[in-house]
Amino acid sequence: MDYKKDFPILVKNKEISYLDSGATTQRPKCVLDKIEEYYNNSNANPHRGTYSLSVKSTEMYENARKRIAKFINARFPEEIIFSKNASESLNLIAYSYGLDNVKKDDEIVISIMEHHSNLVPWQYVAKKTGAKLNYMYINDKYELSKEEIENKITEKTKIVGITHISNVLGTINNVKEIIKYAHKKGAIVVVDASQSIPHMQIDVQDLNADFLVFSAHKMFGPLGLGILYGKREILNKMSPFIMGGDMIEYVYEQDTTFAPLPNKFEAGTQNVGGVIGLSAAMDYIENIGYENIEKIEKELIGYAREELAKLDFLELYMTPNKENHSAVISFNIKGVHPHDVASMLDLDGVCIRSGNHCAQPLLKYMGLDSTCRASFSIYNTKEDVDKLVQGLKKVYNMFEKYLSN
Amino acid sequence: MDNIYDEIIMEHGMNSYNKRKLDKCDFCEKGHNPNCGDDITIEVKLNGDIIEDMAFSGYGCAISQSSTSVMIDVLRGKTIAEAKEIIKTFIEMIKREITDEKELEKLEDAIAFKNVSNMPARVKCALLAWHTMEDLLKKNGK
Repeated sequence: MDYKKDFPILVKNKEISYLDSGATTQRPKCVLDKIEEYYNNSNANPHRGTYSLSVKSTEMYENARKRIAKFINARFPEEIIFSKNASESLNLIAYSYGLDNVKKDDEIVISIMEHHSNLVPWQYVAKKTGAKLNYMYINDKYELSKEEIENKITEKTKIVGITHISNVLGTINNVKEIIKYAHKKGAIVVVDASQSIPHMQIDVQDLNADFLVFSAHKMFGPLGLGILYGKREILNKMSPFIMGGDMIEYVYEQDTTFAPLPNKFEAGTQNVGGVIGLSAAMDYIENIGYENIEKIEKELIGYAREELAKLDFLELYMTPNKENHSAVISFNIKGVHPHDVASMLDLDGVCIRSGNHCAQPLLKYMGLDSTCRASFSIYNTKEDVDKLVQGLKKVYNMFEKYLSN
Repeated sequence: MDNIYDEIIMEHGMNSYNKRKLDKCDFCEKGHNPNCGDDITIEVKLNGDIIEDMAFSGYGCAISQSSTSVMIDVLRGKTIAEAKEIIKTFIEMIKREITDEKELEKLEDAIAFKNVSNMPARVKCALLAWHTMEDLLKKNGK
């Protein structure tokens, strides 16, 4: 099955092998059409006007919320809060839940493989409250061991922040087990599902996650929209994060009462077009089916793992356990800076990311400054992998004689 | 797009003879690109108004390292006034602010970096050394 044909940008740019879906995916035509259709036919400020166009816009916005809730199996639509991106969702949790519930000498536990967005806010909360920020470190297989998890999460732990899939290593963390253990110790768990929801079914009730965040643009949806899922009983007790229009009930000169969920956390005019787009992206995923997506990607990643492992000039940073590895592969050509590798691959139309991937503590822990990263999606093919491999050989050939000196 | 990775850039970027320590230096300055980890330190030895010798240490991509090394070759033996003029011209070349190609002649080998202006993502790599040298002169009242 050729999924490239669903994506106008990939149809128009046939020479490109897009291997940076971990940063942002491309969007299929059906998503772009739905967004355009909304602006062409239904655009008005939701929750404001009494006229029918605004009512229509409000209805579409709230129906999309229901659709998104159903997609991750949330119990109630108001457990879905819209934000600007996953980073903002995590900041909301840190500010509104973290600052109010973490006390001096409490512990916040996160993994060393967290994206800065699930790390820097917790540093802030720890500093403000006098709590300790502890890390769960990876083992030599680039995984979190059960012992490490159980050593770090203690009775003092109030919050555990964990990425479902590492955006650098592709390691799939057993978040269900981590949540179970953290709950036993009395901590709540924040799951960053940004890298997992494009590839696997997320069921927030099955995971029993307290909070779970992701962004629309990594799952075929538009840029500028983040999702925060939170258990209703927890969200209800939290203070608002951003204040302003539409999140209030009554405003007096010196005092305000706040609107109920979900509006309490959605100040100002919201990204309705984006929400409609995400809803369409979820339709697209469901039409293909996660089972299919997993099957196709598993074969593709398996092929990429094998082909890249054949290049003896590469250092690969991935778990040997195929089953625990998702659609991200980090690597380096020994002695060549990743930016040079990425620039040279770009000359051949291969788009990969190079740098620290917003995970500086992880790279430092691994003794690295930066890596090359290829990340895959449903529209990638074995030809894309071949082009990457050919490109890497070419880069190595160019640098080889300088490396031997 | 033209391939920027030619002989000059590869030679200077991977194994530069300018990557060393001066026995004695008058000024030194550190330059850093936090986003990519490029990190260089430039050393300068003056003889009156003339840049008698320069060297650098540090690490980074081939473009940042070669740009530093080539800059050193070009500025060595020049007066401070000449060096400032060359630095200004180099920065303008990368930013595509120069229309008269003849002006680029004073850049000597550094003209090899002209095509970096077609690679916006790498501009900061090429400019790191030149901005660092600019800072070094400014900070030391030159």
